[in-house]
Amino acid sequence: MKIKTILTAVATATAALTIAGAASAGILDDVKKKGFLQCGVNTGLTGFSAPNDKGKWEGFDVDFCRSMSAAIFGSPDKVKYTPLTSKERFTALQSGEIDVLARNTTWTFTRDVNLGLEFIGSNYTDGQGFMVRKDLGVKSAKELDGASVCIQTGTTTELNLADFFRSNSMKFTSVVFEKADEIRAAYDAGRCDVYTTDRSGLAAQRSLLKKPDDHLVLPEVVSKEPLGPVVRHGQSEWGDVARWTLFALIVSEELGVTSANADQMKSSKNPEVLRLLGVEGKMGEQLGVRQDWAYQIVKTVGNYGEIYERHVGVNTPLKLERGLNQQWSKGGLLYAPPFR
Amino acid sequence: MADLSYVRTESHPDMPPPSSEVGILAWLRQNLFSGWLNSLLTLAAIYLLYKILPPFFGWAFWNADWNGTTYKDCTSGGACWAMIRVRFDQFMYGFYPEAERWRVNLWVVLLFGSAIPLLIENSPGKKYFAIFLFILFPPIAYLLLYGGMGLRVVDTAQWGGLFLTLVLATVSIVVSLPLGIVFALGRRSNMPIVRMICIAFIELWRGVPLITVLFMGSVMLPLFLPPGTNFDKILRTLIVMSFFSAAYMAEVVRGGLQAIPKGQFEAAQAMGLSYWKMMALIILPQALKIVIPGIVNTFIGLFKDTTLVLVIGLFDFLTIVQAATTHKNWLGTSTEGYVFVAAVFWVFCFSMSRYSITLERRLDTGHRN
Amino acid sequence: MAASSETQGSTPRVSLWNDPQKRSLIYQAIVVVMIVGFFGFVINNTADNLEKRGIASGFGFLYSPAGFDVGMSPFLTYEPSKATHGTVLIVGVLNTLLVAITGIVIATIIGFIVGVLRLSPNWLVSRMAYCYVETLRNIPLLLQLLFWYFAVLGTLPSKRDSISMFDTFFLNIEGLFGPLPVPQDGFWMILLAIAIAITAIVMIKKWAQKRQDETGQPFPVFLVSVGLLIVLPLIAAVIAGFPLEFEHPQKNRFGLRGGMIILPEFAALILGLSLYTASFIAEIVRSGIQAISHGQTEAAYALGVRPTVTMRLVVIPQALRVIVPPLTSQYLNLTKNSSLAVAIGGAEIVAIFAGTSLNQAGQAIEIIAITMGFYLTVSLLISMFMNWYNRRIALVER
Repeated sequence: MKIKTILTAVATATAALTIAGAASAGILDDVKKKGFLQCGVNTGLTGFSAPNDKGKWEGFDVDFCRSMSAAIFGSPDKVKYTPLTSKERFTALQSGEIDVLARNTTWTFTRDVNLGLEFIGSNYTDGQGFMVRKDLGVKSAKELDGASVCIQTGTTTELNLADFFRSNSMKFTSVVFEKADEIRAAYDAGRCDVYTTDRSGLAAQRSLLKKPDDHLVLPEVVSKEPLGPVVRHGQSEWGDVARWTLFALIVSEELGVTSANADQMKSSKNPEVLRLLGVEGKMGEQLGVRQDWAYQIVKTVGNYGEIYERHVGVNTPLKLERGLNQQWSKGGLLYAPPFR
Repeated sequence: MADLSYVRTESHPDMPPPSSEVGILAWLRQNLFSGWLNSLLTLAAIYLLYKILPPFFGWAFWNADWNGTTYKDCTSGGACWAMIRVRFDQFMYGFYPEAERWRVNLWVVLLFGSAIPLLIENSPGKKYFAIFLFILFPPIAYLLLYGGMGLRVVDTAQWGGLFLTLVLATVSIVVSLPLGIVFALGRRSNMPIVRMICIAFIELWRGVPLITVLFMGSVMLPLFLPPGTNFDKILRTLIVMSFFSAAYMAEVVRGGLQAIPKGQFEAAQAMGLSYWKMMALIILPQALKIVIPGIVNTFIGLFKDTTLVLVIGLFDFLTIVQAATTHKNWLGTSTEGYVFVAAVFWVFCFSMSRYSITLERRLDTGHRN
Repeated sequence: MAASSETQGSTPRVSLWNDPQKRSLIYQAIVVVMIVGFFGFVINNTADNLEKRGIASGFGFLYSPAGFDVGMSPFLTYEPSKATHGTVLIVGVLNTLLVAITGIVIATIIGFIVGVLRLSPNWLVSRMAYCYVETLRNIPLLLQLLFWYFAVLGTLPSKRDSISMFDTFFLNIEGLFGPLPVPQDGFWMILLAIAIAITAIVMIKKWAQKRQDETGQPFPVFLVSVGLLIVLPLIAAVIAGFPLEFEHPQKNRFGLRGGMIILPEFAALILGLSLYTASFIAEIVRSGIQAISHGQTEAAYALGVRPTVTMRLVVIPQALRVIVPPLTSQYLNLTKNSSLAVAIGGAEIVAIFAGTSLNQAGQAIEIIAITMGFYLTVSLLISMFMNWYNRRIALVER
């Protein structure tokens, strides 16, 4: 009769497996119904997403989640964060554990097409770079033949690195870690000559070294790394909300709408500003979010430039210039379609 | 003729033992310098202690900094305990909202309050504590920690620190005990298919490292479920850890079952007891009592193993301390962090292992050999 | 009552439910159905999910190019441009086996030493052994590994001022460098000589045993064996003209490259694993020795057997019977724990195959299944070997 218990165990297991609600048609409706947005972020990358002393998540990527929350709920704080390792991030999105993934993820063909994901754009254009100690006297990445390289596992960086050294017929030895903190500790101890990752990441890590000024980021950029938020494939409605949240951030900077002047701008003479802030037209309604969605985003979180300067700009420990992440009119790559 | 012979009429008072046989010198001689090999070993040991202890104490206490808000305040060259002080609450509660932390405290009090009487022999009302711990406590704990019924919901993403470590360890052990009993009984069943399935289950889980199991929980489990189903990450971790420890628990319980003399089974059957009555009333109470040390040891192992959730991005005690030591305010304090975590784990594990050793001695009826 | 009713009819009518045999058949049938149903449910879901999300399945990825570098591959030459995920798997397996075997050997040696010291009459020494055991086994292994790695890394000299030993071995933060032996033509002669030496030793041992049984004359097998193992290969080497060259590490702009390297990650892993496991082995050894009744030792002394010989021929063989079963599970634990290398940049199967390959190829199910299968196989092999050994030394009741 021992079987009974086993049956019970199996039954409970099966029952346990079938709990949790089944997915419904639209994520947007789901999110509105549950009253918060589940957002996947990095487990810890200074400037992009990291818990502060009080345990609150903050950073560039985190602010994208907050913008979406502002657009949908009119408050940036209706977000729950799921810290994800690079290994888990796609499964978490595919299985519906998170609604949107904002975790410095590179947009590549395979990921967009093969993994059932949809990149909604690029909110940070990056490229892989190299950091070395100044006293090595290395001035260019082409001089790195025979160097040992510290690198994070499970990233496109790892593949680019091998490609770069191969195409320049150079050799390298690699020291591979799972977490950025571990790589930094090893690099700082002198375990490897070179630290390679996206240049924004290098800046973040450099600011945390014992003596940041002893280190130098080499001029070469060996890859294109358009980092962007990701949603599940086949959810166009939800994808639109995410995509236009991003564009609203960019456009508001272009039009000069900031969190400080958002209220005054409501009486602006520029019709695009009025459409953006929801004074004219029915854009919010058509998108399925609040009518004043973009106003809420800019008012509560800020425009793209403000977010950039707050977390990664020249006045932060990361000291990143705008570079390619500048408005198109100023020589950058930020280019949002018109709001009409 | 005078009798010159002298005969003592009373015995001479006892001489004190030679100085080489008593006191500190003798002790030293017997225990430390009884031969050239021993003397050499002693000298080597003293040298080793001299090399290790003074620098360590200097670092940890005499030269340590206790106050400050960043690593720059730690100037005396010793340990920077200020980091632990500033972040202490976070290490204990993770990101649990400050206003709700009394719930965690209450949970800990209830947990220890009901578990400790169970572990003390002859404490009164053991049965009630057991019923409370295994039946009433789980839903209460769920309500307290997660929320509901008037309490604010605290999302599991905010759980962390030593609190999360304790949750992981206690929940898996409480779940794994009944599961383990079931599998142990199954393994000793005389139904071949049931036995084979149980053996396969136990050996499969025991043969693989916990890390792969955790990966399975965090990366694969979502793929096994109907599309659209999703689970909380901590719940997934709890599920795989419970199964993992259930396999070990099953082996511990099996050891206990095997130690019960056959006569007990036969006597129970002769009384006409059904299988379940026999197990529940005769066999298991005896078997479980013998295996309490084994259960405690499994728990110690599991408690230490919870640190592995580091690889799947949960902020348990070790991870949260590590995160603090890599924060820009506290660069270069990783040794302090590791020592602190090690000390806390050590206190827990050492006291538990002492307990299990005492228990083992008491339960040992001296029948061996 | 019940008995009388049963004796009345010639064939007692027992309901299906009360016939233990049939009942157990029904139960098992239900279990089988449930299990099959459960797996069917899981497999169905998985197939569904994979298809919906457009995730590839099958083992084809093992032949597709990996494109990344693994940190350490002492047995194979690993070229990132040519390697496939299959190569990564092989490298991972070999590295895991290397870590497991080295760790087991070192842990056993340290464990036995500490276990014996724990019983030493020297108060200070036995206390210190006790402290070692109680400290290490009550602290999580992962923590110890992190500590060893980052602590050891911090104290190693930088590449500029590596410590040099006889100008052949160099120690710096990138590891311990030494000459790599490269066999030349004629190396087979040395291998042959070693093989002959081993055969000879086995035969001598048998002969010595037989002679001792018959005449009581002991023969110094150990000394002779060592002599044979040194002399024979040496002669072969002289004849073949020393067919072994050494590749020395070369200095380049960044440090030393080439030669034989022991990486700090590998060293920290071995150190952490063996020290941790040794603390458990020490306790096993101690209780094993203590389990041998003192009368055995006294009897041996009474026969005039010297203490070292008593230990070797009387105490240890008996203690081994108690020691081997728990020792097996420690070996298994060490092997499984080697997977923690993932936290300190080691390059074993979980780190490079279930880590990097999984990330790049994205086929979680196949990769985790292969990894688990590997560990199961190793666990099984170790248990089989130790069970065989245990049977060999088991008490033969006469």
